[in-house]
Amino acid sequence: MTTPGQTVGPFFHFALPSGRGGELVPPGRGDAIRLHGHVYDGAGAPVPDALIELWQPGPDGRVARAAGSLRRDGWTFTGWGRAATDAAGHYSFSTLRPGATEPGRLPFFALVVFARGLTHRLFTRAYLPAGADQAGADQAGADPFLSRVEPGRRGTLIATPDEHGFVFDVRLQGENETVFLTFPGHGES
Amino acid sequence: MDNQAQISAEIAELAAGDAGADVPQPRRDYPPYRSSRLRHPTRSMVRADPETVELWAPCFGHQDVDAAEADLTVQHPGEPIGERIVVAGRITDGDGRPVRRQLVEIWQANAGGRYAHQRDRHPAPLDPNFTGAGRCLTGDDGEYRFTTIKPGPYPWRNHRNAWRPAHVHFSLFGTDFTQRLVTQMYFPGDPLFALDPIFQSVTDPKARERLIAAYDHELTTPEWATGYRWDVVLTGGHRTPEVEP
Repeated sequence: MTTPGQTVGPFFHFALPSGRGGELVPPGRGDAIRLHGHVYDGAGAPVPDALIELWQPGPDGRVARAAGSLRRDGWTFTGWGRAATDAAGHYSFSTLRPGATEPGRLPFFALVVFARGLTHRLFTRAYLPAGADQAGADQAGADPFLSRVEPGRRGTLIATPDEHGFVFDVRLQGENETVFLTFPGHGES
Repeated sequence: MDNQAQISAEIAELAAGDAGADVPQPRRDYPPYRSSRLRHPTRSMVRADPETVELWAPCFGHQDVDAAEADLTVQHPGEPIGERIVVAGRITDGDGRPVRRQLVEIWQANAGGRYAHQRDRHPAPLDPNFTGAGRCLTGDDGEYRFTTIKPGPYPWRNHRNAWRPAHVHFSLFGTDFTQRLVTQMYFPGDPLFALDPIFQSVTDPKARERLIAAYDHELTTPEWATGYRWDVVLTGGHRTPEVEP
């Protein structure tokens, strides 16, 4: 039988984020992009004690199999990182643009959210918006999973381009609540 | 601020409502844990089949984890205060397969119930010889082993006179990303179990039992440390093993 989850609590910072946890590649490197955003609670207040973990393929769509995420050498792309939110509820990753892993699917960043007050982790995906080559393409038509998501909520899964990369806010509750995912075998609803 | 009687009444009501139901995980909407009120989703989870990247988990290796990090009692020049313990067990997936060479991280309060964290204001002493964070990689059979100090219970401000049962936080990875788990391990027989809304957010009593380590005399080391065994079962993996991405 599966071991239940429990909240990450308020005191994880000294144990979980490593110094350069959010730097999958050094910021400022030519091909580095930024994925960042805020985590908000049901009252719209920023959540200053959340932890976001990121897992993604490289730009070629390959899944990284290299170790070294906790003690980065600055050269190896491991595909994984973690970043805590700051006092303003903001998190930030320096990474590479993920490629599509399968034909006919939009690329996405896979994310897990932990926080004090959240009893069990939440999975979500931050999809890249359909690119320039698909200008005007409906996001739903661009990906079979997104096409199954209620149209009014689909936008919560799609990152917004900005100067250095993408913005992806996480809303734990309330208006525009982020779509969170359950996978087969999780026993959740 | 609410008192324990109010919180306990809410805990009892929610437990009765879930009695007999198959709820293996904690309720995210669990009002007795006050800070969950604005932090739980209200919409149903959306079912997804894991896609390629989610069928894999990040890799960790010996460049990430030093073998000495599994012993939380040797991180400073002196010996930490408290009851030295060994905590060991196995990590398996839902199909009973060992989770090999994967990262396990722990963090905890010291013997006095104080975290080495700047936001912990509990007026219990910090221990200059104990930080309370450790990590290791599992072995070929999914086994892990830490040496540490038994943490103390500590007060928090969920309600008046709220105390957390002693626990060790665990962070675990599986062989696929969807198995990611953060949880807490407790010690047998803790009198605070019934009163604690975080422990009780798992409303199924059988599921709660799986959060409690067992005293294991086989792990106890003569004239050195007592031993606790705690095995972890992650959700089933989705990937056919040994297929390269």
